[in-house]
Amino acid sequence: MAGAPLAEQPAGLRAWLLSPEPHSRWQARLGRFYLGWRAFSRNPLAVVGLGIVILLILLAIFADVIAPYSPVAGGDLRTQRLLPPSETFWFGTDDQARDIFSRVVYGSRITLFVVVLVALIATPIGLLVGTVSGYLGGWVDTVLMRITDIFLAFPRLVLALAFVAALGPGIENAIIAIAITSWPPYARIARAETLMIRNSDFIAAVKLQGASTPRIILGHVVPLCLSSLIVRVTLDMAGIILTAAGLGFLGLGAQPPMPEWGAMVATGRNYLIDQWWVAAMPGLAIFVVSLGFNLLGDGLRDVLDPKAAK
Amino acid sequence: MLDIQNLQVVYGTGRLRVDAVKDVSFHVEQGAAYGLVGESGSGKSTVLRAICGLAPVSGGRVLVDGKEVTTPRTKAFYRTVQMVFQDPYASLHPRHTVDRTLSEPLAIHGEKNDAETRILQALREVGLGPSFRFRYPHQLSGGQRQRIAIARALILRPKVLLLDEPTSALDASVQAEILNLLDDLRRKLGLTYILVSHDLAVVAHLCERLLVMRHGEAVEETTAEALRSGAASNEYTQSLIQASQGYSRASKQPATALAG
Amino acid sequence: MTKPLLDVEDLRVRFHLRTGTVEAVRGVSFQLGRERLGIVGESGSGKSQTGRAILGLTPPPGEVTAKRLAFDGIDLLTASNRTLRTLRGGRISMVMQDPKYSLNPVMTIGEQIIEAYQAHAKAGRNEARDKALAMLEAVKMRDPGRVFALYPHEVSGGMGQRAMIAMMLVTDPDLLIADEPTSALDVTVSMEVLRILDELVTERGMGLIFISHDLKLVSSFCDRVLVMYAGRVVEELEAKNLREAQHPYTQGLMRCLPTLVDDVRPLPTLNRDPAWAL
Repeated sequence: MAGAPLAEQPAGLRAWLLSPEPHSRWQARLGRFYLGWRAFSRNPLAVVGLGIVILLILLAIFADVIAPYSPVAGGDLRTQRLLPPSETFWFGTDDQARDIFSRVVYGSRITLFVVVLVALIATPIGLLVGTVSGYLGGWVDTVLMRITDIFLAFPRLVLALAFVAALGPGIENAIIAIAITSWPPYARIARAETLMIRNSDFIAAVKLQGASTPRIILGHVVPLCLSSLIVRVTLDMAGIILTAAGLGFLGLGAQPPMPEWGAMVATGRNYLIDQWWVAAMPGLAIFVVSLGFNLLGDGLRDVLDPKAAK
Repeated sequence: MLDIQNLQVVYGTGRLRVDAVKDVSFHVEQGAAYGLVGESGSGKSTVLRAICGLAPVSGGRVLVDGKEVTTPRTKAFYRTVQMVFQDPYASLHPRHTVDRTLSEPLAIHGEKNDAETRILQALREVGLGPSFRFRYPHQLSGGQRQRIAIARALILRPKVLLLDEPTSALDASVQAEILNLLDDLRRKLGLTYILVSHDLAVVAHLCERLLVMRHGEAVEETTAEALRSGAASNEYTQSLIQASQGYSRASKQPATALAG
Repeated sequence: MTKPLLDVEDLRVRFHLRTGTVEAVRGVSFQLGRERLGIVGESGSGKSQTGRAILGLTPPPGEVTAKRLAFDGIDLLTASNRTLRTLRGGRISMVMQDPKYSLNPVMTIGEQIIEAYQAHAKAGRNEARDKALAMLEAVKMRDPGRVFALYPHEVSGGMGQRAMIAMMLVTDPDLLIADEPTSALDVTVSMEVLRILDELVTERGMGLIFISHDLKLVSSFCDRVLVMYAGRVVEELEAKNLREAQHPYTQGLMRCLPTLVDDVRPLPTLNRDPAWAL
């Protein structure tokens, strides 16, 4: 980022960022980024969403410092079981006498892990399949799109169940199952965008410079599809978190004693009437984070994909 | 330099068959500028696209420098022949800076070593300063964009430039600047031009010889000189000349009283 | 004509954007009788916004102000929406650049003309139909009956534009605003369209505002020409006196076009004087 002396005079920095004549690649890029940020920050809800997501990340990174107790080892089973929220146990304790707040904090790591991994697996697959299929057309398109249709036809949770049944329960298998079922919509979006881009003059121009097909797809088509995909992935994050929690709830995702939010809700189910906090606290966490991603996605859409916003 | 022999371009088959170009031939000398004139659907742009491989050559031959072109075109072909498109708003990648746009051809052809100097030189050639190097297309005016598109086409030092209506999306005053630039560049770099346009005056200004096309066929090959002296023999060419003079209330009668 | 058909004084169109206020039209004044007035300018000169403002078609963040904007004595700025609606498409019509975007793609051309007619005239279905057919004939459609039943995508650009003109003139407007009516058409076709427009306007004694970037075309078609630059009228002159234009911008615009008549090389370019925009 810009150096400290520039930051001291915001007018100068702004002028530098908004300069119509950038002097370097970096300045041009930062200028674009800044314009995007200005558009984004004009939407207060989006900023709230971003705040929630950043909070989730910070929580995950500093879980050791933030959590007052161990997420796994419980306290005294005779005196500290199922205590309501209090000053010592902010979110109360569960049936194993574990501090729910600590578990929720540590659970953010698992949630973040799921979200990041699914995004890292599903987005590139979808992007590649979609752009290749859209750009090349013909039989490649037909084959790739039919494969996509097949994957699209699987109900996500059922496939995940089958997957976990085959490979054994565990958070990694749940992630793979979710990733495998979430790329097809991305492939479709990328393909639709590519179909619009591929006949444009600037693609013809780079073709006429002798660029190879991979070069055109990776260097020229993908960057244009990326923004609408980022928006879609962010909006999907809520669904992914819910699916992961759902698998955890069914006992097929994270295994005890991992503090996975879905699994925690499942435990709390038994005490729902009398000890509501056992299920409600992790449930609230799922709700807040899902909402955060949705708000962030909406805000990003306004910035990255102005066509879709209207 | 460029020889088009009985070129045919056909799209689709059966009922959907469209004969976009039917049996068109012409020859362009090294360093000459040749115009293709016609209205929409005349196949003039298709001829250009067929030369550079964006449209199929269904029949006939395209020879560059005496050698028949191959499909797909070789990298050597693209070093010889480059194209400038009609709409400068559509022909530049919206997410690439001028720098990236201009360095792309160099990267493709493995000439990244002196990229910086060549980019700056290319900018200078089209009359833009180094301050334009890191701008995005949305920070440029139409004329500036078209200059960048020309710089991109020239950075590989081609011998032939295909110009597809390079000024029709621009304002009249900007058109004049671009036409002057193209004129200068041709003289300085010894380029060969093929210019496609619907505007007779533009073609006559830039080219020595031209081909009038209609419905995919060649109507008449003539010279800019002949157009100026009103010596065009063909009736269709006459009507194009007349239309290019502006609207005339008296022109209900046949085109005898042509404005001189 | 003692009273002008259209009286515009100090027309301003402002767009309040996040980045600040942009004034697209900055104090345009003119009067129009039953004549052909051309408005010429390059992109961004405010010529189209002037036409739109008269019709009240300025897009949303835009704000229109004027000392006077009166059509046949009716103040367009204070008129009720209802009055405006009856004027628009009734007594004032507009032909746009591209018929593809101005015609409804899911209605036949005939239906659209009938609808336009019935919206402003109390007429039965049969009368409207006869009127529509007559109008299609007036714009020189070879087979009005056939064109009547066609959808917009089934006709060529020139025919579409003629259909558009038929639709706009079916209500016998007093004022027609044509915004680049022929820019999307081939030259020979556009001459045809212009001829039709010319005849209809002359025959019916309408006022016409012809907005275009093409100085040559406008000056050969219109009686009077307003040259706009940066939201202002820099020069107003009789079309036939175009060669005696005083303003350097008009002169520059005239000279920078290549012509078939003589071969000037290099073409004179326009040196924009910042003072023109003041």
